[in-house]
Amino acid sequence: MDFMDLAALKYAKTHEWVAIEGDMATVGITDFAVHLLSDLVFIDLPKPGKALKVGESCGEVESVKAVSDVYAPLAGVVTETNPELGDTTEKLSSDPFGAGWLIKMKVTDLSGVTNLLDRAAYEKHCESEAH
Amino acid sequence: MSYLFSTVAEEQEMLARIGVDSIDQLLQQIPKPLQLDRLLDLPPALSEMELEQHMRALAANSGGVSSRTCFLGGGAYDHYIPSVVDEITGRGEYYTAYTPYQAEASQGTLQAFFEYQTMICQLTGMQVSNASLYEGGGSVSEATLMAMRTTGRTGRVVVAGAVHPEYVQVLRTYVGHTSTEVIHIAAGADGTVDLAKLAGAIDEHTAAVVVQNPNFLGNIEDVEAIAKLAHDKESLLVCSVDPIGLGLLARPGDLGADIVVAEGQSLGIPLQFGGPYLGILACRNDFIRRMPGRLIGETIDRTGGRCFVLNMQAREQHIRREKATSNICTNQGLMALRATMYLAQMGPQGMRETAELCVQKAHYAATQIAAIPGFSIPYAKTPKFKEFVVKVPGSAQAIVDKVAAAGVDVGPTLSQLAPVPGVADTDSLLLVAVTEQRTKADIDHLVKLLK
Repeated sequence: MDFMDLAALKYAKTHEWVAIEGDMATVGITDFAVHLLSDLVFIDLPKPGKALKVGESCGEVESVKAVSDVYAPLAGVVTETNPELGDTTEKLSSDPFGAGWLIKMKVTDLSGVTNLLDRAAYEKHCESEAH
Repeated sequence: MSYLFSTVAEEQEMLARIGVDSIDQLLQQIPKPLQLDRLLDLPPALSEMELEQHMRALAANSGGVSSRTCFLGGGAYDHYIPSVVDEITGRGEYYTAYTPYQAEASQGTLQAFFEYQTMICQLTGMQVSNASLYEGGGSVSEATLMAMRTTGRTGRVVVAGAVHPEYVQVLRTYVGHTSTEVIHIAAGADGTVDLAKLAGAIDEHTAAVVVQNPNFLGNIEDVEAIAKLAHDKESLLVCSVDPIGLGLLARPGDLGADIVVAEGQSLGIPLQFGGPYLGILACRNDFIRRMPGRLIGETIDRTGGRCFVLNMQAREQHIRREKATSNICTNQGLMALRATMYLAQMGPQGMRETAELCVQKAHYAATQIAAIPGFSIPYAKTPKFKEFVVKVPGSAQAIVDKVAAAGVDVGPTLSQLAPVPGVADTDSLLLVAVTEQRTKADIDHLVKLLK
């Protein structure tokens, strides 16, 4: 997958990014989140077909220090999960905005996009969390 | 200041430090009617020597299995405990009941738990074992919750036939205030679960099917067939076993069980009035991150030496709070150590021989009891391991009392515990278990007493 244009992505305060094309969305977690988690050891993703509400936990990323939930940034149905992340976490560590994407979903309510942050607002949010 | 204050001066010093004048003032927020305004009604204090004599007199009234002949079944058994178990677990380096806090500083204890996990995996045919839970009933419930996390299903749990009534009660306590329904399928006429009824109860919301083998009535279930029924609906099979039985019976992992649990008391732990016992839980590798409890791993230290560590702590309660896999993030340290020493001492050959002795002696006992006029063995044709149901003429409790007066214990009666669905006339039914420790003379003596 090509490196995503960060400015074109939408972001959740819980550090997920979303790339939207029509009613399809690709979801991942940001480099900021990956950096905070440090050494990743395990990624657990939902089964295709699972219906998600906004803010619902749709996966887990486990590092040597903690297990963190991944929250659905939009409502929709999971269509695909990243097959590259089955046995290894390296793709997520090295390329969170590209090869380390987590899930693809068919969005059922696109109006939820208005509640997400743009790149500038997300960077500001990270600065405030970094303190 | 010492931890326990004893003098008036120390008491005053502590009160002064926290800024109150008296103990009464300290406790004034307790409503007056709830305060006791007099001393406790206790006899005068005894001297150490008097206390020692008093306790000895009390202890003389107690009878343990060592002074009686034990045919008791129902989940805890009088198996032989090799002397090496007490010898090693009693050593100062090991003798603590609790899981180590500064875990990696206790390499010996971690190694013992690592060996425990390895032997439990070999015994059950599973790929991963945790470092133990508290007891059998809790393990059944933890395995069921684990199945819910793994399958993402919370709608239903199906209990297959004669699972220990107390385990079922513990399970109902765990899930009783959630939306999960517990469906209990009755035992059929042969004392094993009715497979047709079981198949009908497992649906696409069922997280787990729970079976016990040998079951509470002593009968051997068709675990392979039950596993298939569970897997047909993509639910998991939780199989509770008798670890001694695994010396002879097929390993649950080889029969399709997804999570194996057991009461581990039989592995070198005395009956000791009902506890502490040992909860065994082992599973397939895929479910390792859904498993409750601690897990010990082997690694190498910075000098390249073999060492042991706690693994997967990120899922434990002290880190993960409400999202932990369980609120158990300890293990049953001393009892797991006993089981480790027991299994190491017995080895595969010893486990097999023990199991064979149990089978042979139990079948001799069943045959002899069945020949007593008025007595019968209700599930005589169903394969059994070391325990069986006896139907007596009249009251089972009366029989228990009669043989107890002669120093022999049988039971429990089936009316003593919550009912097992599918089992009727429980007032005349009791359980008899025969371990490798019972001699032919013990069994013949029991038969004579029953007549």
